[in-house]
Amino acid sequence: MLAYSIRRIFEAVIVMLTVALLAFILFRFVGDPVNQMVGQDTTLEDRERLREELGLNDPVPIQFARFVSNAMQLEFGMSYQVKQPVTRLIAERFPATFELSIAASLFALLLGIPMGVYTGIHRDSWISKTFLSLSLVGISLPTFLIGILLIYIFAVILGWLPSFGRGTVTNIGGWRTGLLSASGWKAIILPAITLGLFQMTLVTRLVRSQMMEVLRTDYIKFARARGLTSRAINFGHALKNTLIPVITIIGLQLGAIIAFAIITETVFQWPGMGLLFIQSVQNADIPVMSAYLMLVAFLFVTINFIVDLLYVWIDPRIRILSRET
Amino acid sequence: MKRSLSALLIGAMAAGLAAGPADAKTFRYAFQGDLNALDPYSLNETFTLGAMGNVMEGLTKRGKDLAIIPGLAERWEVVEPTRWRFHLRKGVKFHNGENFTADDVLFSLDRMRTPGSQIKSRAPADMKAVKVDDHTVDFVLSQPNPILHYEWDTWYIYSKSWAEANGATQAQAATATSNSPASLKANGTGPFMVMSHEPGVKTVFKPNPNWWGKPEHNLTEVIFQTIKSDATRVAALLSGEIDMMDPVPPQDIERLKSAPNVQVLTGPEIRTIFLNMDSFRNELLYSDVKGKNPFKDARVRKAVYQAIDIQAIKTRIMRGMSEPAATVISPLFFKGATQMSRHPYDVEAAKKLLAEAGYPKGFSVEMDCPNDRYVNDEAICQAVAQMLSRIDIKVKLNAMPKAKYFEKAGPTKKYDSSFNLLGWSPGSGDAWNVLANIIGCRDADGKGATFNYGGYCNPKIDELAKKILVENDIAKRDAMILEALTINHNEAGVIPLHQQALAWGVSKKVEIVQRADNQILFYWAKVKD
Repeated sequence: MLAYSIRRIFEAVIVMLTVALLAFILFRFVGDPVNQMVGQDTTLEDRERLREELGLNDPVPIQFARFVSNAMQLEFGMSYQVKQPVTRLIAERFPATFELSIAASLFALLLGIPMGVYTGIHRDSWISKTFLSLSLVGISLPTFLIGILLIYIFAVILGWLPSFGRGTVTNIGGWRTGLLSASGWKAIILPAITLGLFQMTLVTRLVRSQMMEVLRTDYIKFARARGLTSRAINFGHALKNTLIPVITIIGLQLGAIIAFAIITETVFQWPGMGLLFIQSVQNADIPVMSAYLMLVAFLFVTINFIVDLLYVWIDPRIRILSRET
Repeated sequence: MKRSLSALLIGAMAAGLAAGPADAKTFRYAFQGDLNALDPYSLNETFTLGAMGNVMEGLTKRGKDLAIIPGLAERWEVVEPTRWRFHLRKGVKFHNGENFTADDVLFSLDRMRTPGSQIKSRAPADMKAVKVDDHTVDFVLSQPNPILHYEWDTWYIYSKSWAEANGATQAQAATATSNSPASLKANGTGPFMVMSHEPGVKTVFKPNPNWWGKPEHNLTEVIFQTIKSDATRVAALLSGEIDMMDPVPPQDIERLKSAPNVQVLTGPEIRTIFLNMDSFRNELLYSDVKGKNPFKDARVRKAVYQAIDIQAIKTRIMRGMSEPAATVISPLFFKGATQMSRHPYDVEAAKKLLAEAGYPKGFSVEMDCPNDRYVNDEAICQAVAQMLSRIDIKVKLNAMPKAKYFEKAGPTKKYDSSFNLLGWSPGSGDAWNVLANIIGCRDADGKGATFNYGGYCNPKIDELAKKILVENDIAKRDAMILEALTINHNEAGVIPLHQQALAWGVSKKVEIVQRADNQILFYWAKVKD
């Protein structure tokens, strides 16, 4: 187990370094950050001086080495635009993204699992068909379109929910939460649905296919033969066995949700990390971009690592196999 | 009864008494970009300067029609051609209660010249400030300068002691490893105070009860938020969550106008959009013409000019939201611009000019264009490319984000472009700025008129610009400006297209003044019941 962990950590470091290098190569193509920092009347000399001070004139390998050594000390520099330390900016924005991601995941699970179970059992009912066509919509419509549609229906026409922002935010020891106020709860509904819709359809379809498979197995037939109620069979025996792959997928998807909340955050002006990232891309704010990409890489690597460890822990076959070798 | 009550309440507010929630008048507005650092010396950009203009003040201000009016200086006079005397307003207090004096002006001049400052062009580098007494300051120049104070409305005065106490004596440099508190806090003399500021999220302002002027607003609170997505900004206004937003995307103007609770304020903006042709190099970088540069020939430039159907751009692309321009400065800033008129749109004449210049079959050229900087920038370039195909100039369009565009077409990559689109509004509100930056000569590195992205050069314009800079006689000065602009016009040195229009979406509950420089100044806003 220890050797396994060490090997995985070593691999993770290599992944992080690769991401850093790729990101760094990409920054050569995002444009000139200096032009976004200065006013139009700034002289060429001042621009050149700024470029020199930012170290943008140094050779790429030197810039990369400097970036990696700083990053290892968790020092990502100052945002060119906001003129605040990047680590603080990201730390301030992380709670918003995290809360949104959790809300979206919960939405996906709490709706997706029952829908999956229902459509798995009642394959031919018209409700199942409606659910499945709806989930097709969720998979095929782009996120920004869903977001805008929801805004128009619930904010403009009905006026029930706010169209942007986080509502009233409370600061608890540096963690700014929107979940302690009514306006905060109202504000999170639309973005969470928008962000979670794809995951929800994924869960529905996954649970459905798993259910259909499990319901065909022998132990379900035996359970039926024993005269158990269909409720006990469906939820007590069948669903439990379908959940293992669902949990794995959702765990992995959480990283994806956090990383790809960018579009949802832009549509709803949700003040999270994704919005920060988009703004930094438009302004060629390299310190923010690099820190964000490293953070996302780190999240993925960590989640993968945990999932791998969980596999070993949950599935005795892997454990036994590695002991034998 | 009700009216007298509200009059009483407004009176109470003006007197600075605490106002209850019942009569709270909150103005909520949204802009597509962020309000980043609150240090107005560190970013010379209209929106930031406008927002901070509610909080801080310069020696001068600009009125609703952009005319220069007294600000922190009550009056000023030119004692000698090279000595200006400013008489400061007495009894003015900063938000933290300190008195405003001549020392603050001297300090602000020094701060404006610190390395991180982006507003160094507000005053000549060799200008000296001399304190005559606590409320009189002399500015001593090395040569006469009739437009010395033109940009001082956005050179905001800092409190010396506050800046010293808060470690904000230097303009926030982009490279600094520690941030100065001035990037999150503000202390000015203006009609509003910043209560809280979260960059990119939300900024809250409250009226300054001790402001020296007479408030023209009736607000008790102002909330600014960024809303980046066009559709969301429109939705937020329609649903009544915000009272004002800028800009309205052109395609949504009609829809907003037909909404019951919203109006669209439109007006001409001062920024001019124009096209540059590389007439600097001896051979174009991106063209099939080798060994020579067609754009060096004024006839070719004029042919391009006359092939552009500016009315079609106005009606089809800008949806009426533009004012075709005959020169690169808005008539709002230079009255003489109204005496000029565009070369007429005439495809036949353009073809003839091209044939005379030796390109009867046209040529091909690549065009660079930003796609996130000006209103419909990419669409304008597409239209221009299409229109030029009628005179057999085949344009390959490279549209790119602004960060990329300004790097490629500008001095950073030594003007790596043959044909491009640019917008400019003179920060000083004066034509000299345009002569010095846009249509004057430059070298290959950008020394001279740095923002002349085409490199067109006529030394006569440079000579005129030198004289204009020191000419104190306004009539003579205007005549010379007109002469310089006319030279450029006759040779089609740049091709002016239009001034884009401003479009603010405003709730019908709100009255606000839309100034042509697009600064959002809520000290002129009123919220109705």
